[in-house]
Amino acid sequence: MSACACGNTAPKYPELQEILSRHEGEKGSLIPILQEVQAAYGYIPEDVIKEISLALDIPATTIYGVATFYAQFHLKPRGRHVVRVCQGTACHVRGGARILAEVEKELGIKPGETTEDLRFSLEPVACLGCCGLAPVMMVDEDTHGRMTPDKVASVLARYE
Amino acid sequence: METITLTIDGREVQAAKGMTVLEAARAAGIKIPTLCYHPELRPEGACRLCVVEVKGAKSLVASCVMPASNGMEVYTNTPFVREARRTALELLLANHPFECLTCDRNGNCELQTLAHDLGVREVRYQGEKRNVPKDTSSPALVRDPNKCILCGRCVRMCGEVQNVNALGYVGRGWDTLILPLFNRNLAEVACVACGQCSTVCPTGAITEKSYVDEVWKALGDPKKHVVVQTAPATRVSVGEALGMAPGSIVTGKMVAALRRLGFDRVFDTDFSADLTIMEEGHELIERLKEGGPLPLITSCSPGWVKYCEHFYPELLPHVSTCKSPQQMFGAVAKTYYAEKMGLKPEDVYVVSIMPCTAKKFEAQRPEMTASGVPDVDAVLTTRELARMLKEAGIDFEGLPEEEYDAPLGISTGAGAIFGATGGVMEAALRTVYEVVTGKTLESLDFTAVRGLDGVKEASVDLDGKTVKVAVAHGLANAKKVLDRIKAGEADWQFVEIMCCPGGCIGGGGQPIPVDREKRAARIKAIYEVDASMPLRKSHENPAVQTLYKEYLGAPLSEKAHELLHTHYTPRSRF
Repeated sequence: MSACACGNTAPKYPELQEILSRHEGEKGSLIPILQEVQAAYGYIPEDVIKEISLALDIPATTIYGVATFYAQFHLKPRGRHVVRVCQGTACHVRGGARILAEVEKELGIKPGETTEDLRFSLEPVACLGCCGLAPVMMVDEDTHGRMTPDKVASVLARYE
Repeated sequence: METITLTIDGREVQAAKGMTVLEAARAAGIKIPTLCYHPELRPEGACRLCVVEVKGAKSLVASCVMPASNGMEVYTNTPFVREARRTALELLLANHPFECLTCDRNGNCELQTLAHDLGVREVRYQGEKRNVPKDTSSPALVRDPNKCILCGRCVRMCGEVQNVNALGYVGRGWDTLILPLFNRNLAEVACVACGQCSTVCPTGAITEKSYVDEVWKALGDPKKHVVVQTAPATRVSVGEALGMAPGSIVTGKMVAALRRLGFDRVFDTDFSADLTIMEEGHELIERLKEGGPLPLITSCSPGWVKYCEHFYPELLPHVSTCKSPQQMFGAVAKTYYAEKMGLKPEDVYVVSIMPCTAKKFEAQRPEMTASGVPDVDAVLTTRELARMLKEAGIDFEGLPEEEYDAPLGISTGAGAIFGATGGVMEAALRTVYEVVTGKTLESLDFTAVRGLDGVKEASVDLDGKTVKVAVAHGLANAKKVLDRIKAGEADWQFVEIMCCPGGCIGGGGQPIPVDREKRAARIKAIYEVDASMPLRKSHENPAVQTLYKEYLGAPLSEKAHELLHTHYTPRSRF
């Protein structure tokens, strides 16, 4: 861990050091490490990729390749709340696209993006598996069924 | 060697155990098309162009990754195989920009050749095209991801052979791209600009940044005195770039061609290579006397220097402070030569013909301005010079042999061998031996440091004192040497590192394609050039002697330091 000039030598990512030492000497540990990093930080910061590269002697380009290959990994900070608007067949038929458009308008972001205040991330999703409630959206673990565009703002307002 | 017997297309063929089906077929003279495969890189098995039928196999197999085995029955040319290959190729072409006419690799593109050879006359699939901006951030290389077919050769070259790992796959499926780390531009990552990626790219997705237009402009400017220097390796490769056999020695024709392009003086980097030996040789003698830091490591190869700055900054004190021959030439041309000619430094325009893309980066280093303006104004690769000669309509092979201009075109055989791995070491030893011992060297050929082995070691007796040396080429080989130095396990006093496989003759600006045989042919030619020179020791170069007498004083003098030496900058390894 490199120290900066401010005199504070505490590592910038203390959890990372714990994760790395847990997997020390273990083969095939890259993906578990990335998963634990994401659990600790909510995403995989570039500086952490560099640290993992040095610790595991795996090129940072290779790690970045793995992290961008799997949909489960996020390279940017994510919002406190994750919004998923179903675009599956049933929701599509019942106007899922209009719900998504309203969410995009309300939050000012596209699927895959995060609001500047880190309040919401919007994620594309093909089917949430509750077609009887179509059109449906989820915020975090809460399911909101039979959505209409004019309900979007009030649903989002419940999440600070 | 254990041999196996298999049948390919009804013919019984012998192969060495461990060979793939592709290797066995090639050894038997049977051609199988390939794209992602490269003989010097780990096979990837991604492009599916090398598929063959194997009796008993459920589906077509990729011959580049399929081990050949005893009794195997292989069919390389069946309707099924031909259709599968053509379909795979058409799918690659479906999102490929059809810019062949204006592409840098037009006429020298493996994708183009395969489309022709495999009989693709229409593309049945019209796919969405990528629209990713070109990356022109590097002074040496241009990336055009739209032309990339994701074969990954550049990734493997950059990682396996050069140990740089500047490039990697990003994303997956349709969105996959090959990009520098964190989607940054090439200039913003730890790329050493060696250009080896460009020599293995089958298409025009990575090419050198061209400065041909700048050079044409300078040649047309009556106010500029335009001089050109030619790197050692170019005299054994420009011919090859123009269709002659690899290893053709074209020194005199290249000089004639450059005069016809309109250069005011045709000079030689071999001159400043001799000058480099004077400085570096004396630097070695001084460090041997004063005890360090040792080993001294050569600094001629700008890709290696940048690698050291990124990955081994703690070893920078070991790197010779000598500028490379290219930069020494520029510094001398814009001071000593300019003064002799009554010209201002800014009126002299220095063009380099180099086997190298990293030289383009080196020329733009801010510290390379001995006269107050850049030492070197424009760097062209061997490939770019070949293009200029074609554009000018010069019948290269029909040209007479002409001589370099004096004084900066006078050189020795020691300067010439700078183009091959081990050459700088050998040239230095020829001079250091005579300076240290005061005796005449009996045999000039230090064969232990020649050849294509990745790391070469030798001991040289300097009148009772033994000097241990090591030579590495290709940065993965350099890493082995550097790790030993770092660990304190090395007892060498002098180490030569060249960035590219084979040394400069295998540089990133050299004719494409390249392989071990072509490198060997170019190296053989370089040593022929050396053997044919009347003078073969740098300190015997009369023009270098005059330069010291009239201008620099002695090697390592204050003036020499001011013009011919430099310093280095630690850089991030990411």
